[in-house]
Amino acid sequence: MLSAIIRRLIHMIAVLFGISVLVFLIFFATPGANPAARIAGRNASPQTIARVERQFGLNKPLPVQYGLMMKKLFITQNLTSFVNLGEKVVPQVFRAAPITLSLVTGAAVIWIGFAVLIGLLAAAFRDTLIDRILMILSLIGISMPVFWVATMANLITQGQFHHSWLFSWVPPLGYVPFNTSPLGWFKALIIPWFTLAILYIGLYARVLRAALIETMQEDYIRTARAKGLSERQVLMHHALRSAMIGIVTLFGLDFGALVGGGALLTEVVFGLQGIGYLTYQALETLDLPMILATVIYASVFVVMSNAVVDILYAVIDPRARQAR
Amino acid sequence: MTEVKQRPAQGYWALALRKLMRNRSAMISVLVLVLIVLSCLSAPWYAKYVSHTNPFQSNLSGTIMRHGHAVEVLGAADNPLKLGIEPIGPSGRLGPYMLGADQQGRDVAARLLYGGQNSLLISSIAAIITLILAGLTGIIAGFFGGFIDAAITWALDALWAFPVFLLAISLSVVLIAHGLDIGPLRLDASSLALPISIIGIIYVPYVARPIRATVLTLRQSEFVLAAIGIGASPWRIVWRDILPNVISTIIVFAPLIIALNLLTEAALSFLSIGVQAPAASWGTIIHDGESLIYTRPLVAIAPGLLIVVTVIALNILGDGLRDALDPRAKLRL
Repeated sequence: MLSAIIRRLIHMIAVLFGISVLVFLIFFATPGANPAARIAGRNASPQTIARVERQFGLNKPLPVQYGLMMKKLFITQNLTSFVNLGEKVVPQVFRAAPITLSLVTGAAVIWIGFAVLIGLLAAAFRDTLIDRILMILSLIGISMPVFWVATMANLITQGQFHHSWLFSWVPPLGYVPFNTSPLGWFKALIIPWFTLAILYIGLYARVLRAALIETMQEDYIRTARAKGLSERQVLMHHALRSAMIGIVTLFGLDFGALVGGGALLTEVVFGLQGIGYLTYQALETLDLPMILATVIYASVFVVMSNAVVDILYAVIDPRARQAR
Repeated sequence: MTEVKQRPAQGYWALALRKLMRNRSAMISVLVLVLIVLSCLSAPWYAKYVSHTNPFQSNLSGTIMRHGHAVEVLGAADNPLKLGIEPIGPSGRLGPYMLGADQQGRDVAARLLYGGQNSLLISSIAAIITLILAGLTGIIAGFFGGFIDAAITWALDALWAFPVFLLAISLSVVLIAHGLDIGPLRLDASSLALPISIIGIIYVPYVARPIRATVLTLRQSEFVLAAIGIGASPWRIVWRDILPNVISTIIVFAPLIIALNLLTEAALSFLSIGVQAPAASWGTIIHDGESLIYTRPLVAIAPGLLIVVTVIALNILGDGLRDALDPRAKLRL
């Protein structure tokens, strides 16, 4: 058990190293323009470019440049933006994190709830009209671009229907901190939550249905039926448990990916100033230090949450302890 | 005695094709896809004979005849203060500005068709790149094992753990600003090759991992062990024994990856790091429509619907191909 965890942690560090090298190469060694000009942003003066060159040691060999970049990001955390003069980048990322976490956590609760419900219903009514309709809805759910759904949600709730009784409670776009007003926080996020959740409801419902149908062929299900349990009990207590194992793994990966940038489009369309929104703003002004910081911190989060999922998985399921 | 009717022996591919042809929803999807591709290909014809405008040129002061009146393409907004401008709305019948105009007075319907060309082209070529790269790395890693496998798996893991959008954004922001310049290869910042290669790279691990797993089990199968036993060269084994078993998985993944690419391309273009103006794609048109969303919602609705229909058709086709070719193939998205 312990050796499995240690092996996983070593793997995590190797992957983190790989990602940091990849990011470094993308930002500092892509052939094309001078990296100093890129980092300094649009229309930078020659002095700024010279300062960037000095700060990032761009005339030194590549490994030294890599070391300097990592030091600025993680140790001294004094990476500054050249577009918004002197603004320190890393604290901004930390300030935006709660917004992204609020968005993704709420969406996750919604998508797990609905996906389990739909998956169970579809499996219980397998090959009937109910199953068909639910699966078609899931298919539509996974086929819609999330930013388009968000735009449509805005059209409905902020446009001409905003004054009808149905949507008059919807606040203007933007985030309300939980500490300021819990109800305002909830109202501001409920539509973004559902928008973000739609894709995953469809995805998980399909996966869960398939897993349930596969599990229902197992011997222990026959045993449970032979004991005289009702079909509902068999489905809820015996099949669902084992079918959920796959969902747990998926969930860890998707949650990590969403916090690490996947929620960007939702944040942009709903004007929620989370990490994704920061990246988007930086993209518009070509503020590369900002993008560098969000990308690195987000991928660290993703890699660490993947490792946690794998370790939890090894705790839950003894078969996974053997190295793959 | 009853006579036993002998059916002619059928090959694997013929059988799979028959199975696919019997799948009604998959066949309807194929039909829908063919229709969409054909209409997108007809874009130049549509622009010339139906919309009578150049969809890549702004038309800020033009007028057209509608209901017997001359109407400005970009008229004054319909608010009490007459602030701002409002593009002409949809006419609802075949002709100029059937779906209205965007902020620059360009015909949205014609741009949708041209945009569809770009969206479909980018997603398909990127999918081909993904499948070839993933096939190569998956087969090499799975078959040769050892150090090569460890190195490839490590690289794939790093790429896989990298949040897809952030990877695409990092690549785009570096490349789109200045283009790419590797010796003789010079890519302009507005070249379609940039979004194609970015999208083509980011999904390689998603396909390479299941292929590697398949090859790992094939490597232990009796026919491969027998081939090794009689002294066949590794390349012969890969070509004759491994590849035919992997190719069906790759075919099953193709429509699913194209669908995924279509969504990714739309997202990147929506963030203005995909297709660059004045060229269009379905994503850029949604981007254009976002600022008109409360006055001319159709500009954003129409390209989104086209994306949804295309992606649904591709997903159904993918499911049909999987049932026909390789029921165990699973793509983790």
